Amino acid sequence: MEGVMLADAKIRAETGTESGPRGPGCSLRHFACEQNLLSRPDGSASFMQGDTSVLAGVYGPAEVKVSKEIFNKATLEVILRPKIGLPGVAEKSRERLIRNTCEAVVLGALHPRTSITVVLQVVSDAGSLLACCLNAACMALVDAGVPMRALFCGVTCALDSDGTLVLDPTAKQEKEARAVLTFALDSVERKLLMSTTKGLYSDAELQQCLAAAQAASQHVFHFYRESLQRRYSKS
Amino acid sequence: MAEAVSVAADSLTGGRARAAPTVLNQVVLPGEELLLPEQEDVEGPGGGGERPLRLNAGTRSRVRVVCGPGLRRSGDRLLVTKCGRLRHKEPSSGSGGGGGVYWVDSQQKRYVPVKGDHVIGIVTAKSGDIFKVDVGGSEPASLSYLAFEGATKRNRPNVQVGDLIYGQFVVANKDMEPEMVCIDSCGRANGMGVIGHDGLLFKVTLGLIRKLLAPDCEIIQEVGKLYPLEIVFGMNGRIWVKAKTIQQTLILANILEACEHMTADQRKQIFSRLAES
Repeated sequence: MEGVMLADAKIRAETGTESGPRGPGCSLRHFACEQNLLSRPDGSASFMQGDTSVLAGVYGPAEVKVSKEIFNKATLEVILRPKIGLPGVAEKSRERLIRNTCEAVVLGALHPRTSITVVLQVVSDAGSLLACCLNAACMALVDAGVPMRALFCGVTCALDSDGTLVLDPTAKQEKEARAVLTFALDSVERKLLMSTTKGLYSDAELQQCLAAAQAASQHVFHFYRESLQRRYSKS
Repeated sequence: MAEAVSVAADSLTGGRARAAPTVLNQVVLPGEELLLPEQEDVEGPGGGGERPLRLNAGTRSRVRVVCGPGLRRSGDRLLVTKCGRLRHKEPSSGSGGGGGVYWVDSQQKRYVPVKGDHVIGIVTAKSGDIFKVDVGGSEPASLSYLAFEGATKRNRPNVQVGDLIYGQFVVANKDMEPEMVCIDSCGRANGMGVIGHDGLLFKVTLGLIRKLLAPDCEIIQEVGKLYPLEIVFGMNGRIWVKAKTIQQTLILANILEACEHMTADQRKQIFSRLAES
């Protein structure tokens, strides 16, 4: 029997996918993603961007409280747990941003009067946390088999005081930056699903960041595909 | 920059929509578009907008295509909504021609009730003339006390809260409470009803259940050679198994759980090792 368990453990370890070095002209940190690592939720994923790591679990389509029931679509709920302490205002604000992004792509009308709950646990925060949360949420939703219109990803850009653009900034770069912009993009039309910004920037800089984020999203979606193909290669 | 984006976009999805037969048994992701064979001829890249005039334009030979789980129709395209391998089944009558059933085979854990599925449920409540049965879906299914073989208003079936039920869905759609029965259309039990009080119930993914229930699945044949056993598969990802001893039951449960992530060679090794011991 031990042989069986051992083989299982070995295969589990192989599930994790690590991305190779990014192509030239793209300064995203290394990605890593592992799916279906928790046994209790219907779908789970852990997503790492550099040293930033987020663990996501998805429950659904599950039973819904009568007070939260929506008669013609699924109730989407996002819970973001910080690494230490209780969730505060910042977490609530991020939860809302992630929920609105998920609502744009999840086909909730196929499962009316049910709830889809996404629980995100911050494991370590080393910059671009919201983008990492969005990526983890997307991979967990895919793992749970929730019907979706498209995939989505999050990309963070930081603008320095001298106007240079940094994609996927670290915590230090974020702190020194003049402005930090986070975008969520979908995989079909490459359109913007959500954007949140902090700091001062000009109109042209916003467009420049958006274009850079769109280019970076290609790499993220390519990584999604690789990671999912590896997961399904065993069956 | 914009050019680079569009080039990358094409390389990712392989030029927007791909023809469905070319991606069979490959991994598809949500948001992908699939073209069906006969539409490819009419509106594919070769057509280029100008359609040849046809005498029988109104009566284009229709092909029946059924969208299975993970796919939905948008106009004349198929849109993928779940991640998994694309599968296809030729129609039973007629010769190919691009028709048949397309679906996405995904590794999901959560069950969504489907009419006609055989499932294992747990009775959670008895209220008047119906039982509430937990089947792992978003709401409990209802089961009438008259939906058992030989049950009448006088002769109620002996069902207690906590019992396991093997039954079939007669009503299952997204807007209504699912309804189960334990009889077929002739009023016979046909294997359905309350499952005995011993044995072991465990959960696996829905993909594994479909694999095990596929015709001539070698896992089941191998397992059957090991020990004499009783086994029930529910499409909702639940398996009930019972062998002569508790030890044998546990071994069987562990093998079936582990089978999902093993290759055919690994399985052969495990079975030969178990047969020796």
